[in-house]
Amino acid sequence: MQVRTNEKDAVLFEPILKTGKGFYITALFLLAIALWGFYAYTIQFRYGLGVTGLNRPVFWGFYITNFVFFIGISHAGTLISAILRLCRAEWRRPITRMAETITVLVLFFGAGNVILDLGRPDRALYVLQYGRIQSPLIWDVISISTYLTASTIYLYVPLIPDIALLRDRVTGWRKRFYGFLSLGWTGTEKQHRRLEIAISVLAIIVIPIAISVHTVVSWVFAMTIQPMWHSTIFGPYFVVGAIYSGIGALLIIMAIVRKVYRLEDYIKPIHFNYLGMLLFVMTLLWFYFTFAEYLTTFYGGEPTEMAVFWAKINGEYRIFFWGMVLTDLIIPFAILCNRWTRTITGTVIASISVTIGMWLERFTIVVPTLVNTRLPWHQGVYVPTWIEWSLLAAFFATFILLYMIFTKLFPIVSIWEIREGRERSIDETVERIKGYLPGERAGVK
Amino acid sequence: MPRWGMTIDLDKCTGCQACVVACKQENNIPFSTPEEAEYGREISWIKVMTIAEGEYPDTKLRFMPMLCQHCDHPPSTKVCPTGATYKNPEGLVAQIYPRCIGCRYCANACPYQVKYFNWYEPKWPEEIKESLNPDVSIRPKGVVEKCTFCHHRLQKAREQAVVEKRELKSEGEYVPACVQSCPAEAMSFGDLDDSKTEVARLSKSTRAFKALEDLGTEPKVIYLKEGEWRAG
Repeated sequence: MQVRTNEKDAVLFEPILKTGKGFYITALFLLAIALWGFYAYTIQFRYGLGVTGLNRPVFWGFYITNFVFFIGISHAGTLISAILRLCRAEWRRPITRMAETITVLVLFFGAGNVILDLGRPDRALYVLQYGRIQSPLIWDVISISTYLTASTIYLYVPLIPDIALLRDRVTGWRKRFYGFLSLGWTGTEKQHRRLEIAISVLAIIVIPIAISVHTVVSWVFAMTIQPMWHSTIFGPYFVVGAIYSGIGALLIIMAIVRKVYRLEDYIKPIHFNYLGMLLFVMTLLWFYFTFAEYLTTFYGGEPTEMAVFWAKINGEYRIFFWGMVLTDLIIPFAILCNRWTRTITGTVIASISVTIGMWLERFTIVVPTLVNTRLPWHQGVYVPTWIEWSLLAAFFATFILLYMIFTKLFPIVSIWEIREGRERSIDETVERIKGYLPGERAGVK
Repeated sequence: MPRWGMTIDLDKCTGCQACVVACKQENNIPFSTPEEAEYGREISWIKVMTIAEGEYPDTKLRFMPMLCQHCDHPPSTKVCPTGATYKNPEGLVAQIYPRCIGCRYCANACPYQVKYFNWYEPKWPEEIKESLNPDVSIRPKGVVEKCTFCHHRLQKAREQAVVEKRELKSEGEYVPACVQSCPAEAMSFGDLDDSKTEVARLSKSTRAFKALEDLGTEPKVIYLKEGEWRAG
């Protein structure tokens, strides 16, 4: 195995060709948490969902909150990357792969939480065998599996040239592995043209699919007649929240990857600044939807809705609600609204805040409604047990672990796209800008 | 096809819980513990709900037995991903235990909270196991269950009618355990569409109301509000 250190972009190959002690220590630590979660699940599998904090009427708790949360995070990737590609945002090049990888990996954890929540996980495939299209849960199954397929292809296709680069650098089983995955890529002009068409088509297809995913996730709640679930704005509200938490997760991962693999030269403050601005826009949009939702409920004053409303505002869920307001609105707004704090550290703090906040938001949507039922005598409580906490921790740990392993197998920054940017896009962009100007000949169509 | 329905006269209900015990015995409802029951884990297809009204000394305790309302438009069956819960041709909201994946979506969608989940493997003391009802299947852990209007009794009654080559009577022949056991005779059961039955007559009473009527679920359990007894 050889490392051509004098080559340009050598640092992008480094994580794959060299692995330090730090990687193994971190991986072992994460694996330990994952195994602990697995142990917790074996207990739940054996004794039933009674080992969780769920009850009647709070039939859904942590698992469904995590489901909505993880599926939300998945919107970081493919959606953001597709939009940036279609807008020809040149600064996208070092971050698209990172984003797409989040999507593909995190979707498994979203779907996995639904399996955790099932009383009969052994019958999970009944949704295919006996699925009723009238059930919003089946809409989820269709939408999420389509999204997983599309975003996996969307991650893979732009990987092909990079896999070919790796194929030419390694020996042994890895050469066979990359050789198989590179699909005979040699980098001819014809192949490049086809690749570009494929990426553009995928980017367009993936956007409506991504939007459909969180829309139907919200519809699981909105299609019931339960107070503060039965809301027409839930579709767009959830999509906005999903993109919001997704950008947050992307910024956190960008900062970690940048630090660990010393990619300061590729992922620059400007990327954090631009994504920080996007995050700021999402802060405002999220606030707009939240405000609209709560004001409509409050003004209508329907008693069953108000019971849920007050449980959130000043009842037993007030810590979660106001925690959400703090972490989803006040902190990110204060940090991101000006360029002095919209630094790398600033955007990362805002992103961590948003990620926690969006989990709280999902929780305050799922649980308070179930606790405050229409009929007056079923008021419930919900206290998650160590099983649910362990599985939450295990899912986070496994996600990070898989992400780390991915960076060891494939370049986490798209090498060929960086090179394309360096070699071709500068001239193209100049031409394009000229084309925008009056009196100039049309540059790029 | 008869439209099986129930009326519960709240003037007559004494809150004695006989219906609850009869139901548990009839339908092989597993035992719970006080702690689990306190945490909302106990299974009880019918429950006598209480509402305390007024302040001491002018207080009043009201009772309202709550069971599956067997809605004509059930919000719970709509959302089931596998068709495990559905409205059967006779209008009863049924649950197929071997088909249920335990997602509890139906339990969340039901505005009456009358769907119950098996949080654990069902348990009975050894002595009780001997007297489990052979007509009712034992539910495994991880599935949702609910009042069936003692559907197994309907099957038996119908078979009997077939043997005797006659129509099933629209009242009196098929009666759920709760109705049968009510000492105050507060509950009636029969075909709501047959105007000769007691349920049909009572369901048209000026005291008749349905729980959460404004949701449009069209329950087939009809309550008669308190009034006559107090006014008289």
